[in-house]
Amino acid sequence: MSEMIDIALTVNGEQVRARVEARRHLIDFLRLDLGLMGSHIGCEHGVCGACTVRVDGDIVRGCLVLAASLDGARVDTIEGISDTGEIRDLQDAFIARNAAQCGFCTPGMLMAAADLLKHQPQASREEIREHMSGNYCRCTGYQAIVDAVETTAKARAAKA
Amino acid sequence: MKAPRFSYVRPASLTEALNLLAEKGPEARLLAGGQSLLAALAFRLSDPQVLIDISKLPELTGVTRVGDKIRIGAGTTHSALGRDALIASAVPLIAQAIPHIAHPAIRNRGTIGGSLAYADPAAELPACVVALEADLVARSKTGERRIKAADFFTGLFSTALEPGEILTALEVPVASASDRCALVEVARRSGDYAMAGVALKATLAGDRIIAIRPVFFGLGDAPVLAHGAAQALTGGPPTGERIAAAKAALATDLDPPGDQHGGPEMKRHLAGVVLERAIARMTNSEARAA
Repeated sequence: MSEMIDIALTVNGEQVRARVEARRHLIDFLRLDLGLMGSHIGCEHGVCGACTVRVDGDIVRGCLVLAASLDGARVDTIEGISDTGEIRDLQDAFIARNAAQCGFCTPGMLMAAADLLKHQPQASREEIREHMSGNYCRCTGYQAIVDAVETTAKARAAKA
Repeated sequence: MKAPRFSYVRPASLTEALNLLAEKGPEARLLAGGQSLLAALAFRLSDPQVLIDISKLPELTGVTRVGDKIRIGAGTTHSALGRDALIASAVPLIAQAIPHIAHPAIRNRGTIGGSLAYADPAAELPACVVALEADLVARSKTGERRIKAADFFTGLFSTALEPGEILTALEVPVASASDRCALVEVARRSGDYAMAGVALKATLAGDRIIAIRPVFFGLGDAPVLAHGAAQALTGGPPTGERIAAAKAALATDLDPPGDQHGGPEMKRHLAGVVLERAIARMTNSEARAA
């Protein structure tokens, strides 16, 4: 039992060992300890969705997960799923639809949208809105974001 | 804001967790999904010396049928409940509640035991377990006891759990063919805590309501079972007249405090709205309840 905890985990496919403060949340760990600045800190209490990342394949609020609890876990961030090409089409659709304005919410939006496309590839606009409702865009560019997700869903369905 | 300093420990078994909890006493907090606790720590509303992480304990997860009851491990996440076939068929009220709880990223971490033990008066699951007459199973170093859901919620964010106890599971009666259920709430945005909501379970004979338990959330300092409304609805089909009488009975059943959403009169009005919608949903849908 300690204020400093040793963890070994996989981040974007790479093995990482670290000693973290018990109170350090996942996003501070990613940004400050690993230099992965793609995940953003907005509200820091679980409301805004800017810090959405994957833990063991499922999206989570990074600010509501302690790094100390992630020994043995697999973490994937916007940097990782960009590098693998998993969301290239979704990112292209965001650009085509001008779905990123100031860009602050965009990494979280992409993580949440990728999760929806994986689990509900046939999602309707209503279902897209519902799934994305935990991610805030203070530019209020929701229409374009929903457009981009819908475009990607339809394009993937046509290819399948 | 950053959380205050604390220590962290992840016990490997329930026994080890209970020993740690007994040893550390009130300076320890249990960390399950952390979706409320870590936000509270970020606001520095809580200042524990140590967090005991029970989120990975195998003893606390899973949904199983045990006789005429469904046993739900306290550490089962909302997402896992939402995709569980046994929950969908045997405890449909909980299946209905899940999409209302926050957002997918939070449902992936948050647990049913955490939600019940946290006892937010505006949360869905506490109201559900009261409507379902579930038993909540609490373990301590000295043994195990069952607490009726109706006795579990003792006030604002407080429960009947004693120091040294961990909520390990809940046991819910399997829905029968004559049961119906519904959960309806009003919230400003999808995923927000409800301004007002109701979870109800009813037993029907044909179109007659033989028994009904409408339990309101967001309308008191704990889930509120509306006895007067239940009485007004029992003994016949849910006609307009009976529904009007039930809504009128809410004037004495409920004593809602005002909150950031509005005053007591608005909350009372919303209670009537959600009750009427829930009865409509319950009677329109063929979904069995429970």
